Amino acid sequence: MSISVQNISKSFKDKTALKNISFEVQEGELFGLIGPDGAGKTTLFRILTTLLFADSGTATVANFDAINDYKKIRNNVGYMPGKFSLYQDLTVEENLEFFATIFGTTIEENYDLIKDIYVQIEPFKNRRAGKLSGGMKQKLALCCALIHKPKVLFLDEPTTGVDPVSRKEFWEMLKRLQTKGITMLVSTPYMDEAALCDRIALIQDGKILEIDTPQHIVKHYPKTIYNVSANNMYQLINSLKNYEHNYSVYPFGEFVHYSDKRNDFNPTDLKLYLEKQQLQNIQISKTAATIEDTFMELAK
Amino acid sequence: MKRFIGFIKKEFYHIFRDRRSLFILFGMPIAQIMLFGFAITNEINNVNIAILDHSKDETTKEIIHKIASSKYFTITASILNETEIETAFKKGHVKAVLIFEKDFSKNLGKENNATVQVIADATDPNTANTISNYVSAILQNYQQQINVAVKTSYQIIPKTRMVFNPELKSVFMFVPGVMTIILMLVSAMMTSISITREKELGTMEILLVSPLKPFQVIIGKVVPYIFLSIINAIVIVLLGIFVFNMPVQGSYFLLAAESVLFIITSLSLGILISTISASQQTAMMISLMALMLPTILLSGFIFPVSSMPLPLQIISNIVPAKWFIIILKGIMLKGVGIQFIWKSTLILVGMTLFFIGLSVKKYKIRLE
Repeated sequence: MSISVQNISKSFKDKTALKNISFEVQEGELFGLIGPDGAGKTTLFRILTTLLFADSGTATVANFDAINDYKKIRNNVGYMPGKFSLYQDLTVEENLEFFATIFGTTIEENYDLIKDIYVQIEPFKNRRAGKLSGGMKQKLALCCALIHKPKVLFLDEPTTGVDPVSRKEFWEMLKRLQTKGITMLVSTPYMDEAALCDRIALIQDGKILEIDTPQHIVKHYPKTIYNVSANNMYQLINSLKNYEHNYSVYPFGEFVHYSDKRNDFNPTDLKLYLEKQQLQNIQISKTAATIEDTFMELAK
Repeated sequence: MKRFIGFIKKEFYHIFRDRRSLFILFGMPIAQIMLFGFAITNEINNVNIAILDHSKDETTKEIIHKIASSKYFTITASILNETEIETAFKKGHVKAVLIFEKDFSKNLGKENNATVQVIADATDPNTANTISNYVSAILQNYQQQINVAVKTSYQIIPKTRMVFNPELKSVFMFVPGVMTIILMLVSAMMTSISITREKELGTMEILLVSPLKPFQVIIGKVVPYIFLSIINAIVIVLLGIFVFNMPVQGSYFLLAAESVLFIITSLSLGILISTISASQQTAMMISLMALMLPTILLSGFIFPVSSMPLPLQIISNIVPAKWFIIILKGIMLKGVGIQFIWKSTLILVGMTLFFIGLSVKKYKIRLE
C-alpha cells in the first residue's frame, strides 16, 4: 500500500476541512482527487506531506506513519504545491540544481527520470523561473519534485491556470512517469482530467462521495442522459428547468444534459414541449453519463 | 554539508539578484555615515553674526577682529541702531548680534567694567547656547590677554581638558552609532525579510517537505548576512578612520570580535521576528518599529541615557544597541581592553542565547 488514509478529520477554527476521510492508493497507481475549490484537497495533501497534523485518524505514506516517521516521509515523497513554489529569481537550471542538492542528489544521477520533461524546458535553462509561461513553470516544478526519485508524488492542482495543450502534455508525462513505478496522487477541479486516472475519489465539502475507476464511476448515475440542443441556449435551459418532469438539467458545452424523472420517458414528449416554448432546431439524443454528471448527482 | 552549501549558494543568488536589497546593503551604510558625519552635526562653524558697535573705539575693534578671525563666526553685517536687530533676525541672515555699549573703552579704563550684549536667535536652542558660550569664551580670552600686566587679587581659572575626543568632534559619537544601526538593520531586517519571503512565496512549504533540517535552513539563511554585515562593519570603520580621522585606540581584533558578536545578536533577533510574522510586510514593520526606533532613541546614540527619565533608562537596558555602543566607544575612543567591557559583552551574549532559544522553540516544522 503506497498511501493509506484512515478516518482522517481536520478542522480549522470554525471550519471543518475534512470529515472522516478514508481511502487507499496502490503502489504505482495514478489516483485522482476530484472536487471543486474548497473541497479540502489541499488540506489532505498537507496532512499527507506531513505539513499539517490531522485532528483524528491515521495516515501512512510509503508505509511510514505521517506523524511518527514524518522525516522518512519527507525523504521519500515529491510535492508540487498548488501555488507555483519555486524561486522566481533563480534560473531554470539553478532551481533544478538547488532541489537536487538539498535532496542529496545530482541532476545527472536521476536525469533519465526527468529527461522527457526537461528536454522541453532545456532551451530556456538560463531563463529565470519567474519569466516562464504557466505551462513551462509547471514542467519545471514537476522536474524539481521528481529530481530525487520519490516513491510517491503529490501533485496539488498541477494544471490549474495552464493552457489546454500544456495540460494535455502534462498528463501524458504523468502517464509516462507511472510506467516508472511512481505512485501519484493528483488533485484537479477538471473533470476531463479525471478520466485519465486509474481511480478517482470525488470529494466535496471535506467528504468523499465515491471512489472508483473513471469507467465505473459513471455507472453510478441512475438515469439515462440526453443531449438536448436548440437555437437559443439560454431559453432552452430555462424551459427545461421549468419542465415538470425534469430530474437534472446541466449545461454541457454546446448541449444541455437532461435526465427525466419518469422511467418511461419518451423524447418526443419533450420535443413537443420545447416546440411550444418557441424553440427551433431541437435535437434530442441519448448520451453516456460523464464524471461531471455523476459528481453533480452525488453532490446533490 | 553539500546540501548546506547548496542552500547558501542559493541565498547569495537571491541577494545579488535583488537590486533593491543590494542597494540597502551597501548604499545605506555609506550614505548614513556621510550624512551623520558631514551634515548632521552639533558643532558650529562659520555662523553669521552682526555687530552693533555704539562705541567704535580701539578695544571694540580689537574684540571684533578677534571674533572675526575665529573659525566659528563670520561677521556679515554691521548694524547701526537697535531697530535693525529684529529685522536682521527675522530675515534669518544672522544667528546672533553683538552690541557694544557706548564708550566701551573708556568705561573699561575708568570703571574697570564694560558690557557687551549678546543676542542670539534661539529658534534652535542648542545652537544659540553654543554661540553664546563661544562668544563668552573669546571675550574671556581677550580679558586675560589685557590683564596680563595688571595683577588682580583673586582669580579662579578653570582649566578644562576634553579627554578621548579633545576636539569635541561629533562624528566620533556618530560613527559607533551608525555602525550599530546599520548592523542591526542589515542583520535583523534583512534576515527576517528573507525568511518570511520563503513563507510568502510558498517555497517554505517545499523546504519543509525536504530532508533539510530546520536549523540548516535557518543557519543557511543567516550565514550570507553574517558575511555581508562583516563587510559593512569594515566599510564603516574604514570610512571613520580615513574620512573622519576617527581613532581606534583599542585592539582591532577585539573590535572585530565584538562586532561579530553584535551581528549574531541582531541576526538572532531577525530570526525571532521571522518566526512570529507571516509576511514580509509584517517582518519589515516589526523590524523598523521594534528595533530601529529603540536603537536610535534609547541606545544613547543621540540622547544620553543618563538624562532620560528613569522608566526609559530601565527600558534602555534591554536594547542590545546600548551595550554595543558602550563597547564600541570603549574600544575606539578609550582604547580599553576586554577587562573594562566584559559586562556589556556578557549581556550581549546572554541576549543572543535567549533570542536563539526562543526562535528554536517558536520555529515551526509544520505549517501551523
